Formats: sequence, C-alpha cells, structure tokens
Amino acid sequence: MADPRVNGGQSAPPRRLSWNDPDVRSVVYQVVAVALVGIVGWFLVSNTLHNLSTRNISTGFDFLSRESGFAIGESPIAFGPENTYARAILVGILNTIRIAVIGVILATILGTIIGIARLSKNWLVAKIAMIYVEVIRNVPLLLQLFFWYALITETLPGPRQAINVMPGVFMSNRGIKVPAPTEHFAFDLAAIGFMLAFVLIFIMVNLAKKRQDATGKAFPVYRGGLALLIGMPLLGWLIGGAPWELDVPKLQGFNFVGGATLTPEFAALLFGLVLYTAGFIAEVVRSGIQAVNYGQWEAASALGLSRSQTLRLIVLPQSLRVIIPPMTSQYLNLTKNSSLAVAIGYPDIVSIANTTLNQTGQAIEGIMIIMAVYLSISLSISLFMNWYNKHIALVER
Amino acid sequence: MTTASESLPPPTASTGPIAWVKERLFSSPLNTILTVLSVWIVLMSLPPFIEWALIKASFTASTSQECRASGGACWAFIGQKYRLMLFGLYPYDEQWRPLIAAIVMIAMIIVSTVQRFWNISLLFIWVGGLAVVAILMWGGIFGLRYVEDTQWGGLPLTLILSTFGIALAFPFGILLALGRRSKMPAIKTLCVLYIELIRGVPLISMLFMSSVMLPLFLPEGFSIDKLLRAQIAIIMFAAAYLAEVVRGGLQAIPKGQYEGADSLGLSYGQKMSFIILPQALKIVIPPLCSLFIAVFKDTSLVVIIGIYDLMQSTKVALTDPAWRGFSIEAYVFVSAIYFIFCYGMSKYSQNLEVRLATGHKR
Repeated sequence: MADPRVNGGQSAPPRRLSWNDPDVRSVVYQVVAVALVGIVGWFLVSNTLHNLSTRNISTGFDFLSRESGFAIGESPIAFGPENTYARAILVGILNTIRIAVIGVILATILGTIIGIARLSKNWLVAKIAMIYVEVIRNVPLLLQLFFWYALITETLPGPRQAINVMPGVFMSNRGIKVPAPTEHFAFDLAAIGFMLAFVLIFIMVNLAKKRQDATGKAFPVYRGGLALLIGMPLLGWLIGGAPWELDVPKLQGFNFVGGATLTPEFAALLFGLVLYTAGFIAEVVRSGIQAVNYGQWEAASALGLSRSQTLRLIVLPQSLRVIIPPMTSQYLNLTKNSSLAVAIGYPDIVSIANTTLNQTGQAIEGIMIIMAVYLSISLSISLFMNWYNKHIALVER
Repeated sequence: MTTASESLPPPTASTGPIAWVKERLFSSPLNTILTVLSVWIVLMSLPPFIEWALIKASFTASTSQECRASGGACWAFIGQKYRLMLFGLYPYDEQWRPLIAAIVMIAMIIVSTVQRFWNISLLFIWVGGLAVVAILMWGGIFGLRYVEDTQWGGLPLTLILSTFGIALAFPFGILLALGRRSKMPAIKTLCVLYIELIRGVPLISMLFMSSVMLPLFLPEGFSIDKLLRAQIAIIMFAAAYLAEVVRGGLQAIPKGQYEGADSLGLSYGQKMSFIILPQALKIVIPPLCSLFIAVFKDTSLVVIIGIYDLMQSTKVALTDPAWRGFSIEAYVFVSAIYFIFCYGMSKYSQNLEVRLATGHKR
C-alpha cells in the first residue's frame, strides 16, 4: 500500500470515513445486524419476563429437585413417583440414548444389506430392495410408527392366545416376550469380557499395522477380531461357572411372568426407526459403492487380489470416504427422529419433559432441557464422526 | 491324414428369456440361493396380503360388524370416513372450497416442475396461487362464509403447511446462506449459530416451542393462533435446511464467476441476483426437491400439538365408537396418499438430475 513513489515518500493521508469504503460499509452493516438481533432478543426477553410475572410463574431450575409424582412405564434405572423431576429427566435421556444406540446399530446393518442388495446382479433381489427403499422413504415416519403400534396393539392377540414364534418367544398385544439370562455373576463377567474385547481389538489392530509396516507380513485382523468378540464373553461366562438356566417367560393368569419384555411402544418405535432409517442408509451405501471407479476393481484383479480382498482393501476404504458424511447425518436424523416417541407414548426425553412442563408450568425450562439434550447428542455424534472422517480421509502429498 | 473333428454343440444362447433367467437369477450357487429365498419371501407375504386387501375385503358394508365378519380389510370404513379424513372439521357443505384450494396448490407444484416457467413468472404464479388459497380457505369476501382456521383440516392443511412452509422459507434461507458465506464475521456468526442450532434439534421441539413458548414471547394482549404458530415453526425449521442446500450451490459456482462479476463493476446485490444465484439455484433444484419431500412428510408432526392435518383427522376418524379398530386400513389409505405425492416428486427430481447433468456426459 505505502508505495513511496505514489506519496512522494510520505505516509498515506489519513483515512476519511466514506460510504464508498467497503471496510466502513462492512462495519456499519454488522453493527446494524447485531443491533437488530439484540433489539429483537431484548424485546422477546422483556415480554417473556413480563408475561411470566403476570402469570406468577417462577423461573429457574428449582423445580428439578421437587418430587415428580408420576410413574414412567419403562426405565433403565429404578424410578417411582417419589423420585425427583431431575431423575425423571435422566430416565428420559437414558431412554433416548438407548433407542438411538440400538437403532443406529440395527439400521446400519439392515441398511448396508439392502444397499448392497440393490446393486445385486440378481434381478429379483435388486427389485425387492428397490421396492422396499421406495415405499419406506416416501411415507412419513410418524405414520409408520402409528402403523406398527396399531399392528402390535390391535391385531396381535391378548397374552393368553399369544403367538409362540420360537420356543420362549411370545408375541401379544402387551409386547414381545423373550427369554432373558437370569441374574448371575457369569453374565456380568461375559459383559465385561465383551467390553474388554474392544480394547484388545484396538491394541491388536495397532500391533498388526506396526508389524506389517516393519516386516510386510499381514495379520488376519478380521478373523482375530471376530475370535476376540466371541471368545472373550465366552471366557467370562465359563469362568463364572457356565450357568445354563434362562429366565423363560411363562403364562400365569392373565399375563406373562419372567423373561424380558419389549413393550409395544419400544418395539413399534424401534421397528419404525430402524426400517425407516435403513431405507435411507441403503441409498447412502449404494451411492458410495457406485462412486468407486470401476477401474479400481479391474486394477485390483490385475494385481491378483481376490474378490473379497478387492472389496475389503480397495473398494470399501474408498467408498467409506463418500459414505461417512451422509451416514453421519442419517445417524443424527435417527436420533432426532426418536423424539417422535412422544406420539406413541414411549417415555423418551421429549415425552418426559413434556409431562414435566405440563405439571409444573415451566415451559421455557422444559424446552431448553429438550433442546440442550439434543444439541449435545448431535454435537457429540458430529464430533466423533468428523474425527473418524479425518482418520480415514485421503492423505495427499 | 486328418479328419474333421466332431462339430461342437451350438453356443448357449446369450439372449432370450431363458438366458436372461440364467444370467440374472441363477448365475452362481449364491445367486440361486438368493433367488429361492426371495421367491419364498414373496410367496409368504404377497398372497396373504392380496387376500386381505382384495379377496376377503369388504367394500360396501354399512356397519362395522358386517365388515368384521368378512375377515379381510374393511375399505368400507374409508368410504364412510373419507370426507372427515381428507377435509377434517371444515364445514361439511363448504368442503368444495378446500378441495379447490388443494387442486390449486397441486397445480402450483406441477407448474413449478416445468422448466419453461423457471423465471420471474414463477414468483407471480406462487404469490397469486397462495392468495387464492388463502381467500378460498378463510372466505369472508366474495360472498364466501368466513371459516376460522381452527376448523381447517385434512389434506389441504397438509399441503398448506408444506407449500407455504417452503415458499416463505425460501427468501429467508437464501439470506441465511449468503450470510453464512459472508466475509463479515458478526453476520457470519449469527447465521452459523441460527443454522446449526435449528439443525441440531428435532422439529418436535420447535413445534413445542411454538405452541408453549411463543405466546410468552409476545406482548400482552397480542396473540397469534395455533396454526400460524406451527407454520412459523415449520418455516424457521425449513429455512435452516434450505440455507445449507443453497450454500452447497453457492460453493459449487467457480470463483471465476464471482471475479468476473466484480471486474464488471457489479455491486454485491447485482452480482448475487444476476450472476451467482441463478446458477447456484439451478444446481440445487434436485436437493430442493428432496427438501420439499422431507418438509411435506414432516408436516405430519403437527399431530403432536393437535392440529388437524391429514394424520390427525385420520386419527379422529378412528375414534368413532361405531367404527373401532380399523387403524390398519386407515393408515394404509393415508400412506398411499403420502406415497403418491412423495414418489411423484422424487421420480421428478431423479428425472431432472439426469436432464440437468449435461456437463458430465461423455
């Protein structure tokens, strides 16, 4: 800027404020925008405070420590009417996380299968997969939830005439009954073994990579991982004394006792969410696989790789790069869609916060809790998937 | 001495129905297993469904007992209740008005799909069409009886919520997208905050906010009704997603276009409205279609705050004690309506993608 030939060696003249200066305009625009937002915000907040004071609603989160006085149909932790609102909210959060985690896992598996099926050379398989995807994606999720809920509660018989699908599995309008492992030390050990397996797999993958870098020898990571996943829980179960008894549901009087229950609400929500999201994931997977150039397949077979090696080592890593971002948004969608639980009465965070705000009148706090929960879940999923995406992204020179 | 070797059998046919079946259904053992499995699935599901939906179904029964005795689907229930399901609680003799309004909205959507109308005339068509819809639905002038919007319902309401939602979110979404791409830090931060906050929460929480929090935001003695509040929530929600779609289009425009506009001395407004946006919006028409489908499906969530859209009026129809327990039939009927709209739009957008992707064909 300060070219000595222009100004004859002197410093530039002092800047004059002018509308023609883009910097000045930019500052003015921004000040105006922030001021406008500020005024609107202040207007809304002052109205709200005024309205709250005229209606005698106290603000703040004190209500959380009060006794809730309502019962919750299903809860992963003990909960009764004598517990506080804070604990009710916690139950809601846990229920949301439970449906989201199970839903994401099942939808990913089902969606991947259907996505690959759509690309199958088998005409019949490809057509069935296509019809599935088109029907599922073009009907609102809420309608599907109502449909599954009505199917379970209206068309299934009562507990006394329950349909016995498999030995020990009963379907009735009170939900689906499955055998559950009895309370035993061995099952806890098996669960610990399962979690330990993930740690061991992580270590194994790193060691295998180091060894391959150093010696060029590959290690059967996939088979080893599978062996760990099955072996570790089995080991825990054996150490615990290998108990055989399962808690099988039995009809007693008008209802079943024993076993674990999938309530109609949970079953309908899980069914609906998994089937719906799987339709979208199938499209993501299909487009990801199609995005890999066919030359990659040919080059791999020219190098003498087998078809499964090609898929595993060449095609999948490349298609994953295309798949991960849209897959992330599908996971986020599933989590946010689980809020539709409120329509069929599964006690997720929205439904419990809704009950809370109806009972206490603390509308603003209730909605802030809902939004905060979803924002933090959404942000954590995006952060994790962004990290994973960076991890597998193409590293260029 | 050599003799001619025995002639080989003719090569197996590589065309014709038998070859097709061999190639597409039984080319390998795995393929054969898959085919058998799929045939089994089809045989297990299709005949019972047809029996339920057509053969044993009752189309003309006048009471629910008669219907139940048939053992199949009770389509007579739809025949009894379709007016309630399609038009909600709108006064019975005035129901031609929502019918025409729905036709106008469908016509507007169809006109928007014709490439010849992709210019400023589309704006006038939409403004005019939405005005006609508003007059028909509310009435109060031209000798039409005034109908409060708490009585609106059914399919027209679903169409209103989604078409008004997208149409009004459009300018808002474009401004947000431009703001997010802006170099001014304060404006950029505001837009990013808005977009990410809205996209991070479910639509239900926005609808709840509109139904319980919005009344608190307004000055005393000033209130807006429930339908309008839900519409505002849908517009705010759609705008955030629309902004991201438009931003994708803005990013896809080569830098040379921006620089070329700058070197011609165009102002920011001229640059955007004459050079950048026309190109960017054309790129994002297919994702806009998907967004419209998503909004159309998502309007069904207003059930939760008790607005009588297609879903809710169906649920109301189901509560009639004389016709209990035909939810499956009702839901299949409503699914078919949603499916026709959404499938049509998605087919159109796929078609369009092929037509617009002229640059990549070799």
